[in-house]
Amino acid sequence: MSDLDEIVQLVTIAGERHIHPDFSTYVDDVDMADIRKLYEDMVVVRRLDAEATALQRQGQLGLWAPLLGQEAAQIGSARALEADDFAFPSYREHAVAYCRGVQLKELMPFWRGTSLSGWDPNKYNMATPAIIIGAQTLHAAGYGMGVNFDGANSAVITYFGDGATSQGDVAEAMGFAASFAAPVVFFCQNNQWAISEPVTLQTKAQISHRGHGYGMPTVRVDGNDVLAVLAVTRAALELAREGGGPTFIEAVTYRRGPHTTSDDPTRYRTAEDEAEWIRRDPIERIRLLLESAGALSEGDVKAIGDHADAAAAELRRGCLELEDPPAMSIFDDAYAEPHSLIDAERREYAAYLDTLDA
Amino acid sequence: MSAAAPARVPLGKAVNAGLRKALADDDKVILMGEDIGKLGGVFRITDGLQAEFGDKRVIDTPLAESGIIGTAVGLAFRGYRPVCEIQFDGFIYPAFDQIVSQVAKLHHRTAGAVKMPITIRVPFGGGIGAVEHHSESPEGYFAATAGLRVVSCSNAADAYTMIQQAIASDDPVLFFEPKRRYWEKGEADFAALDAAEAYPLHKARVVRPGTDVTLLVYGPLVTTGLQAAKVAAEEGRSIEVVDLRSISPLDMDTIADSVRRTGRLVIAHEAPVFMGVGAEIAARVSTECFYHLEAPIRRVGGFAIPYPPAKLEQHFLPDVDRILDAVDHTFTD
Repeated sequence: MSDLDEIVQLVTIAGERHIHPDFSTYVDDVDMADIRKLYEDMVVVRRLDAEATALQRQGQLGLWAPLLGQEAAQIGSARALEADDFAFPSYREHAVAYCRGVQLKELMPFWRGTSLSGWDPNKYNMATPAIIIGAQTLHAAGYGMGVNFDGANSAVITYFGDGATSQGDVAEAMGFAASFAAPVVFFCQNNQWAISEPVTLQTKAQISHRGHGYGMPTVRVDGNDVLAVLAVTRAALELAREGGGPTFIEAVTYRRGPHTTSDDPTRYRTAEDEAEWIRRDPIERIRLLLESAGALSEGDVKAIGDHADAAAAELRRGCLELEDPPAMSIFDDAYAEPHSLIDAERREYAAYLDTLDA
Repeated sequence: MSAAAPARVPLGKAVNAGLRKALADDDKVILMGEDIGKLGGVFRITDGLQAEFGDKRVIDTPLAESGIIGTAVGLAFRGYRPVCEIQFDGFIYPAFDQIVSQVAKLHHRTAGAVKMPITIRVPFGGGIGAVEHHSESPEGYFAATAGLRVVSCSNAADAYTMIQQAIASDDPVLFFEPKRRYWEKGEADFAALDAAEAYPLHKARVVRPGTDVTLLVYGPLVTTGLQAAKVAAEEGRSIEVVDLRSISPLDMDTIADSVRRTGRLVIAHEAPVFMGVGAEIAARVSTECFYHLEAPIRRVGGFAIPYPPAKLEQHFLPDVDRILDAVDHTFTD
């Protein structure tokens, strides 16, 4: 698809457009109004992420996995998806969920601990968070095989990090997807860190080379360039829908926050490193691009900010309104069909709880 | 043989017939595994099925157990009912994470929105003179995991109906096939056996009535248990043999009913006794049937060692003599 070592970039840090011989055409239809919408998406999800982080600090969430710095990688890829495509995320893809139309209040139950999931995967064509690293990539490969068996024209995307590429499941998923020409986009957000471990501990090669070994096209894209991510993901999805099988995308980005709110990145990385990635901020370059094109007025900035604040308020409200589920619901849905052990334990625990009420 | 008598077919052929019926009845059923296509599986259990249903329904997979189960999860998301073959019991461990962390939990995790009607077929147990990793009994690991159902067939008729019932279940089912009994023949009239009306998947069955002691067995040891009961009968002792059939959930009603009648219980399985299926049953029976028990419950099974080399496996596997020794203990303890 492209030189393995090249990083596809369409917008520079200074907000200037690049033409790329292979990928620019995939965003020919994207005008300044569309780019402003991508900008708005990124501003909103950054605001939501900050709000969720604050909610965790205030004791309202048990945990949160911040996406700060990865807005372009997630928005650019998710906005490339069609409604009938299916996404298999890890646990940091809040912006992808936002783009899939997941309700803001549905983002909270998983992290607040009122549910093991927040939404119905079939409603949004997006699975709920997968905590086991890389496990979801196999689900994507299998789903893609099913798409082929159905003779359908949709595609699948799966999200994982650089650390996940060390997992056997990711290797097996790429093997299955390639062998069965499954319409899967393996979207690796190389955010440089697997909790405290740098990407150099996962592989001596470039992450994008991982896909090459499975005979699939690979692309290395500037993960902080929303337009480039949109373009390469569209290209990969198009190839998948045309029967071209899987593509591996390495989106080179940086997790600016902690791995989760329990983490302390000051122990393992430098302020200089963080400063460098602030310089490559995904939102700032699009702001510069829009402003230089005269496509972002002060009024626009305020309206977008207001929208982000309103979304954050809705997220907070949705979180605080979540009620603890009833005790007896712990037995629900362990099985799809009646199960005598569950029935017995439910009866016994209900009887026990009744003795406390008496 | 008269024309009316049911055919006697090997257990392995019965599984094959059950799979064929399931494939024919529901086009969402697909088989996947290593070597199950042209070869028909290393035990030929899927023999002829790819030729009949095509390579989109009977899929030879890459050599990757976690991949087989993990892609089955994705296929289930898409509405399929995958039937995965794990080639040998000892090869299931690379898939353990996908089975216990994903297959078992996704229905619960999604509040019932996503079903995992996956059947995982595992030829299990010893007695065929194999090399290591080919003779294990890992059923206890899976029975200990909420969200999974675990069953084991022991005869041809059950093999035919139980595999169809497992595939029809909206829950994931670990289906343990007693590999050393694949060639053992039993009566099975496939035309007359309707899986929907057959004996329920999760019900234990008294396969030989008796009055003196209950012998609880499943899978490959049902045959051994029946042999032991026959020998005991010649010595004047009446053993009631119960085929557990389902390990999760347990049919405690049938088990407790038998123990209350006989007052004694011996549980035999090939897996090591320590922390095994028998331990769970013994604990439950002691709670439910304490005042009916005439003697401590006895367990017979594998030792707390890795499965031994083939030339020593007869010492590891419960046989008629070890089972009868345990039965004797319930009268002398």
